[in-house]
Amino acid sequence: MPLMSDLSTSMISSSSSAFLAPISFNSRAQTVSVPVKSINIVKCVATPQEQQTAYKTNVSRNANIAKLQAGYLFPEVARRRAAHLLKYPNAQVISLGIGDTTEPIPEVITSAMAKRSRALSTLEGYSGYGAEQGEKALRAALASTFYRKLGIEDDDIFVSDGAKCDISRLQVVFGSNVSMAVQDPSYPAYVDSSVIMGQTGQFQKDVEKYANIEYMRCTPENGFFPDLSTVARTDIIFFCSPNNPTGAAATREQLIRLVQFAKDNGSIIVYDSAYALYMLDDNPRSIFEIPGAKEVAIETSSFSKYAGFTGVRLGWTVVPKQLLFSDGFPVAKDFNRIVCTCFNGASNIAQAGGLACLSPEGLEAMQEVIGFYKENTNIIVDTFNSLGFKVYGGKNAPYVWVHFPGQNSWDVFSEILEKTHIVTTPGSGFGPGGEGFIRVSAFGHRENVLEACRRFKQLYN
Amino acid sequence: MYKLSACCSMACGISLHPKMVLASLRIRKQGNGHRTNVPRNVNLEKLQNNYLFPEISKRELQHMDKYPNAKVISLGIGDTTEPIPEKISLSMANYARALSTADGYRGYGAEQGNQALRKAIAETFYKDVVIKDTEVFVSDGSQCDISRLQLLLGSKVTIAVQDPSFPAYIDSSVIIGQAGDFQDKTGKYQNIEYMPCGPKNNFFPDLATTPRTDIIFFCSPNNPTGHAATRKQLQQLVEFARDNGSIIIFDSAYAAYITDDSPKSIFEIPGAKEVAIEISSFSKFAGFTGVRLGWTVVPEELLFSSGFPVINDFNRIVCTCFNGASNIAQAGGLACLSSEGFQAIRSVIDYYKENANILVDTFASLGLNVYGGVNAPYVWVHFPGSKSWSIFSEILEKTHIITVPGSGFGPGGAEYIRISAFGQRDRIIEASWRLEKLFSKEKNPF
Repeated sequence: MPLMSDLSTSMISSSSSAFLAPISFNSRAQTVSVPVKSINIVKCVATPQEQQTAYKTNVSRNANIAKLQAGYLFPEVARRRAAHLLKYPNAQVISLGIGDTTEPIPEVITSAMAKRSRALSTLEGYSGYGAEQGEKALRAALASTFYRKLGIEDDDIFVSDGAKCDISRLQVVFGSNVSMAVQDPSYPAYVDSSVIMGQTGQFQKDVEKYANIEYMRCTPENGFFPDLSTVARTDIIFFCSPNNPTGAAATREQLIRLVQFAKDNGSIIVYDSAYALYMLDDNPRSIFEIPGAKEVAIETSSFSKYAGFTGVRLGWTVVPKQLLFSDGFPVAKDFNRIVCTCFNGASNIAQAGGLACLSPEGLEAMQEVIGFYKENTNIIVDTFNSLGFKVYGGKNAPYVWVHFPGQNSWDVFSEILEKTHIVTTPGSGFGPGGEGFIRVSAFGHRENVLEACRRFKQLYN
Repeated sequence: MYKLSACCSMACGISLHPKMVLASLRIRKQGNGHRTNVPRNVNLEKLQNNYLFPEISKRELQHMDKYPNAKVISLGIGDTTEPIPEKISLSMANYARALSTADGYRGYGAEQGNQALRKAIAETFYKDVVIKDTEVFVSDGSQCDISRLQLLLGSKVTIAVQDPSFPAYIDSSVIIGQAGDFQDKTGKYQNIEYMPCGPKNNFFPDLATTPRTDIIFFCSPNNPTGHAATRKQLQQLVEFARDNGSIIIFDSAYAAYITDDSPKSIFEIPGAKEVAIEISSFSKFAGFTGVRLGWTVVPEELLFSSGFPVINDFNRIVCTCFNGASNIAQAGGLACLSSEGFQAIRSVIDYYKENANILVDTFASLGLNVYGGVNAPYVWVHFPGSKSWSIFSEILEKTHIITVPGSGFGPGGAEYIRISAFGQRDRIIEASWRLEKLFSKEKNPF
């Protein structure tokens, strides 16, 4: 079958396949819709005869996308969840997998969005295209809320529809001829976008890594901070703190070292601070707290986990004026060009919500919701601790990183799902360094989190 | 002008006709600061100017600085001006408020879009041509979808565009690395096939003389020319694509403006599902330019040369490089497609179409060669032998009206001006009056 040659074995366990995911899958819904022509199923299903003679264009498939091993991680987890629900339609499935917020958005924020929506029906309140970089008031509010005294100015800030989208836009800025380093484990969008962009070589199954990406191992042994003396120079370094999935938060001393490393190597750090407000300890919340960072770093962040904006879609990226390519050309200028050409601004209604988030009342309300999820995290951490597991994270981030030494993480995922109807995320989905770990996310209604912990205790006692 | 692009405050170093360095240099190449050792993306170096529309914005702002008391009328950037019908904005307001309730709260949506909305789009726009909801991908707009499609296709494909065309096709192609170098002499990128569309060929390219490319961008009704391709023309296009094994990316963002019976979707043409992707938008349809909502249709039948379905890869891009359109915008989209919402939107579209009529009449009565304005909210005026940036400047200087110079859309636009029909009626009438004054008193203005 000609299609088989396009499919490669996935790094997930053999009981599922890279392209089993139906193309129309509505990953958040409980129903699975399967396309009429299931020609992309790896399991032994004969290709319908018609496919052999179906018209094909003469356009070659993008070889970079062909390098990707499986579907993006979270739709895959969602697919497993849906399949499980089909199998056990009466099961009370609890989702601690995808880091999806569950608590309602505070009213001060939604009423601002409702107001903006209604205003769009009036002559005075109607607005068309907004500035691609974001509304001025919001950019100013972001600067003063998160970067006060750090020398970041309003126009260093670019409002977006979320960090995931910004990551890809940054990759478009950088192009295919740069090398990158990621923490291992790390949020999969960094690696996947790098592959799509053509920065990497082929996936190497024996080590479960893409050629040409520098994977910086982060483990309990090294305090989840890479040994920079063993890290090869790359152009770009993706660094997430507080970390998804490990929950580790880099200390000031560590970040000073990271900035120095970047400076010595002439590299650019892309610093993902989407979970900064979950920080409990006195660690830096922004890379720009480190002197010299403005010349070596970009920071990306999001309203998703602060304000429950996972569906509303709002985030931002900071590109300091001082950040220059090797020829002296400002990176911000190229980022601006991409933002103007490949994007057209975040939704004006979402931006109105963002502005309300950063009002004093909004900030207070957000802190309350964050506090709620942090309490969830505590409950989960306590549970796994009491069961004798080695537990990491959960203090500065809404993720708990549980060690299952010597075990295949997809197998642990499946066992947990099968026996407790709880969805988690297998650590290997975040890179080979995640093998042997399970990520438990702390977003959920309190009663679900408590129930989940009861079931964990039952399973592991 | 509310839209203050930061582009204005940054070094622009543009090289437009006339060659001027319009520099408001808050950023300059730093001699003494630390430079990283990261090479600039050579593809971005190839871009010749700023993106067209921020450049127009910049000119508008400069003009307003120069003439603070002038009543500037913007017929440049195609930005909608009329309020969104209440039924639609109310549904968005309700959806937003519901996010504060336990029942109404929603987190991540499906990256491909809300299922009800996908179904409504399929049923509203593609009922007769049998496009499934699973083939509809909801987005935050066509400009974003175009770049996501380029990410999908990669740097090794060749593209053809109409000349003139919406600049995002070319610019995204340059950015992704398909386009080769810019050639000053011709005003074209080396590897892009420019298909001239002008009055002489009825704004449809002579396909018999067009070389094969992998991808063909085709916009109808057209931005900027306003021409809507006929059924016969689109049949030829589909056949051409089929013969060449090419993929058409059909931009139907202005389909709702069609007056005659020109096809509103490429999929009205038999065989198109195997050769075409269609992109569209709520921007000009529903005034959603700021709300951000659009969609792309990728039929299951569309296959790469290996037989691999294009839709699978597009889905991967959507899941990895995107995270869905705003759920509030999607709620608005659904309301747009209700029968009451649709009716209300039609009224607004008719309003803009009447604006276009007025503008067409104005230019026609002045004896100028005017095209478009019938099936699209753009009027395309020909000034033979002229330079479009000069005309743009002259119109701006003498009438305080912002237009868009045709050369911003490609060398084929060099002698044309695009006038957009979005605006409040009284301003359109005022603009017409000013243009009449300008062009009738100058027998041979250019």
